[in-house]
Amino acid sequence: MVQSLDEAYELLAQDRNNVILGGLLWIKMGRKQYQTGIDLSGLGLNAISETEDSIHIGCMTTLRQMEISPLLLQWFGPLFSDAFKGIVGVQFRNLATLGGSVYSRFGFSDVITALTALDTQVRLYRAGVVTLSKFLNMDQKRDILEKVIIKKQVTQTSFQTLRKSATDFSILSVATSLCKGNWKIAAGARPSMAILAENAAGLLSPEPDEKTIKAALDRVVNELSFGTDQRAGAGYRKLLAGVLVKRGIEAICR
Amino acid sequence: MQITCRINNREFIREIEPDLLLIDFVRSLGFKSVKRGCDTSNCGLCTVWVDEKPVLSCSVLAARVNHRIVTTLEGLEEEAKAVGRFLAKEGAEQCGFCSPGLIMNILAMKKEFKTPTTDDIKQYLAGNLCRCSGYESQLRAIEKYFDLEGKNQ
Amino acid sequence: MKTVNQGIEKIDAMSLLTGKAVYTDDLALENCLVVKVLRSPHAFAKIKDIDLTDAMKIEGMECILTYRDVPNKRFTMAGQSYPEPSPYDRLILDRMVRYVGDPMAIAAGTSEKAVDKALKLIHVSYDLLDPVLDPDKALDHKSIIHPEADYHVNGDIGNEVKRNLCASGEFSAGDVENEFSRCCVIVDRVYHTKANNQAMMETHRSFSYPDHAGRLVICSSTQIPFHVRRIAATALDIPKSRIRVIKPKVGGGFGAKQTLVSELFPALVTMKTGKPAKMVFDRSETFTASTSRHEMKIRVRIGADKAGHILAIQMDTLSNTGAYGEHGPTTVGLSGHKAMSLYNRAKAVQFTYKVVYTNTMSAGAYRGYGATQGTFALESAVNELSDLLSMDPLQLRLKNILKSGDTVAAYYGETINSCPLPACIQKGREMIGWDRKFPFRKISPTRIRAVGAAIAMQGSGIPDIDRASARVEVQEGGFYTLMIGAADMGTGCDTILAQMAAESLGCDMDKIVVSSVDTDASPYDTGSYASSTTYVTGMAVVKACEELKRKIEAKGIYPALSASATHSSPVSPPPFMAGFSEIEMDLETGETKVVEFVGVVDCGTPINPSLARVQTEGGIVQGIGMALYEDISYNPKGKMTRDSFMQYKIPSRLDVGRVRVEFESSYEPTGPFGAKSIGEVVINTPSPAIAHAIHNAAGIYLRKLPMTAETIFMTLKEQKTAWPSVLKN
Repeated sequence: MVQSLDEAYELLAQDRNNVILGGLLWIKMGRKQYQTGIDLSGLGLNAISETEDSIHIGCMTTLRQMEISPLLLQWFGPLFSDAFKGIVGVQFRNLATLGGSVYSRFGFSDVITALTALDTQVRLYRAGVVTLSKFLNMDQKRDILEKVIIKKQVTQTSFQTLRKSATDFSILSVATSLCKGNWKIAAGARPSMAILAENAAGLLSPEPDEKTIKAALDRVVNELSFGTDQRAGAGYRKLLAGVLVKRGIEAICR
Repeated sequence: MQITCRINNREFIREIEPDLLLIDFVRSLGFKSVKRGCDTSNCGLCTVWVDEKPVLSCSVLAARVNHRIVTTLEGLEEEAKAVGRFLAKEGAEQCGFCSPGLIMNILAMKKEFKTPTTDDIKQYLAGNLCRCSGYESQLRAIEKYFDLEGKNQ
Repeated sequence: MKTVNQGIEKIDAMSLLTGKAVYTDDLALENCLVVKVLRSPHAFAKIKDIDLTDAMKIEGMECILTYRDVPNKRFTMAGQSYPEPSPYDRLILDRMVRYVGDPMAIAAGTSEKAVDKALKLIHVSYDLLDPVLDPDKALDHKSIIHPEADYHVNGDIGNEVKRNLCASGEFSAGDVENEFSRCCVIVDRVYHTKANNQAMMETHRSFSYPDHAGRLVICSSTQIPFHVRRIAATALDIPKSRIRVIKPKVGGGFGAKQTLVSELFPALVTMKTGKPAKMVFDRSETFTASTSRHEMKIRVRIGADKAGHILAIQMDTLSNTGAYGEHGPTTVGLSGHKAMSLYNRAKAVQFTYKVVYTNTMSAGAYRGYGATQGTFALESAVNELSDLLSMDPLQLRLKNILKSGDTVAAYYGETINSCPLPACIQKGREMIGWDRKFPFRKISPTRIRAVGAAIAMQGSGIPDIDRASARVEVQEGGFYTLMIGAADMGTGCDTILAQMAAESLGCDMDKIVVSSVDTDASPYDTGSYASSTTYVTGMAVVKACEELKRKIEAKGIYPALSASATHSSPVSPPPFMAGFSEIEMDLETGETKVVEFVGVVDCGTPINPSLARVQTEGGIVQGIGMALYEDISYNPKGKMTRDSFMQYKIPSRLDVGRVRVEFESSYEPTGPFGAKSIGEVVINTPSPAIAHAIHNAAGIYLRKLPMTAETIFMTLKEQKTAWPSVLKN
């Protein structure tokens, strides 16, 4: 266990086989053998706090903490509890950390899908504060994800997903949000990583009529790419995207 | 490396390998209620509490419980019997291999919910797999247990 | 009755529920060598050489064994009575590897870390062979999976191993073609069920050690302790008297443990080193290197006259036994016989089958044992037939099913003593609200609820083959010890058999002590499989208790007074079940959930209604998993693609709606206290009942399992049949 982020980074830089430990869930399953596991548990990075204009969530915060956080509920509605409740089970979510989930950039990540629909930044030890989407598309340089920062503004949200069974990975996940008249539509588990359907969202007015929604849905399926994996084919995912986005928009408009 | 921790109200100071998992640590100390059912953190059989929170002991490094409090079913004998009697009455334990992890999580749920709804129960215990029972008898037992607990309060 | 037909708690319940150390791994000796297996990465190959030099340099390694170190005697790992119908097609380690996961070397060392390291340093070179992965192309494939000269079969099973044909056969009664010519409607379809994993929570594991007399003790999580003793003796080439098998508490089996899986690896290590050794399969090994349900493709032809009398049934099954023939020749039989027998009014029936080898993991025993696959096929076809006849599917069944007193040609000529199937159907119909809900109800513009039904039967033990003994002895203080060889795997048979003993002897349950199985001490029993324990072992217990009672009456009661009895049944009376599903389908996504499942079961007298209920609920939920998403598949190189609970999802408690179970009990005169079996019949109805409900919701017939949201949606989209009209309703 390290005493500071400086120390953690030093260790990380020393050896390619050193690794930052999150909840350990994914690291344990991988085949890779690591030299030293760097534990950030002692750095107080496991809290959700607020400043005047944003909410800061430390990288060691567990998914369960976020799921039951009154603060997150107050600003973003039940987005995180809806998004996380299908992730294996309570015991798993008591271990899985936000930092681990985001840093791993897994395509199936419901965590990333939910965060993508908000005004989200991440703070990295070396690269500093960058937007979530920039982080997700950055070259994977070795760095430490210190915390996630979400702009504090009342946002209406909806999380839609389809799974083969209740605690399986999503076949497709869609997070939709409306904040100060602006829509965001994020689709993840396509099966590649969550991404914003910006053009489609741009078509939507604060109170879109049926025709506008229809136009946005057509745009969504054309603007995003879908692939095939064990869980579903690209064709099905594409059709599903239209349905889940429609439901997300409708849930917010209702 | 050396760690110090409290397990079931007893202090343990042990020399361990840094990559030792908590499940193997507690089993090596004789707490055999803790079972392993998978390699991918999916089954819930190995549930123990660390600082009173239910976690998967297959996915926690023993090194990380240094100076922390660990509870296994052996440390909750009376509570386990109280829940167990309801499960036994329904025949819900069947092979029993998932029972310790399930009861650990039922008792954790009890700390968060006084009177959980059926949905609360299903949601909270979703990470506890069982292949024998089909869950229905477990649900009957758990609802009866919470009914009685509710009346006792 | 005082104890029989009472929902008594299991005698081991509180020890299991408080987490006592009672399972194999909890009891293993501390100083066991850790045993692991190096497995083939190739689907079909011949080992050129295995180089152990680097691996044996690792500190702590005790031995690494290869094909050079094993007895050259072929055997089968199937837990069946001798002479086994399964072919002798295995060695403990073979030079030829036949699926991804086949063992190539057994490594034993003092720590897991040392063994893991050593496994990585074993160098193997191969001659790669062209694998056979598609069961449709297996017959007469240019690759012969078992070319070995010492391949052996015990009897005529229709085996032609050089054609990759493990078994084949046929059965017929009456003239089917003649009857088909009189039919006005005929359904002729192929149904496809996939391999499934039994997925019991305790993976395969065993440990072994030499005892004081130099005999080999194998302690294993198994359903078949006595078969393990015999098969291990053959495989290790030592006398059976040199082996003792102990079975502790078992964390679930469902058939997976009716085959030897982990036992021989530590046993061989103990034999070679004289040291205790232990092997615990991880979950991935349990998926990829044990046995699964047999994948089957079943063609059903079924025809009826205008009035809905079923005149002819023809079934043809292609079963995929994988790389080895464990349970291959026997499971396939049930796919026909235990389905067709339901429709005993049919004038003619015909059943033909082929079982083929492929380079995939060996199939084996899984609850239902072929009847599950056959029931999906035939019950789906009957539902399609009802559609063509425009007849209520329940009415069609009531018209054609077997009745008490029937002699059933397709059921090996047995006469049925007890069949309350019509009552099961009627009760289930009321419970699910069939008349209100059939075929479907629209509950929102995009959601529809629909119901479906199926019936099923199974057997109770294997007639004239399953054999059980029981011994009951008076002890000081007036209690009894009950010695049995049947293997409780969580099902509660120790309790159920004690209930029968208490009832027979007229004492309380706490006066009966039941021992766990130890082949040195327990009386012989073929094991817990084929739905045999309550019916066959139960009868042995009743006979022994009756005998003891006679002795007590004649001589008075005193310690050491004992009685033994053996039982084998000439018949296998079928339990019956009617299953009803109500599903909710999301028409925009195809997502389909089981809202409610109703099962009405006849198991004769339920000896313990609570445990019988839980057996039924558990079987139904396994069946729901099979119907909707459980699926063993292989990539083009023959590697299994779902080998964990992360990828192979079994139902969680969020995935099943309500499951409601009732009994419609008959009295089976040949069973103990009128009992038949229950363990297997309960998994057979969910797949066809859910497929039926999907049809009633959306107008599509899905004939391949699993029926995922994607399949449902894409089929709807392609067919565009009833979907729009359904929406208009």
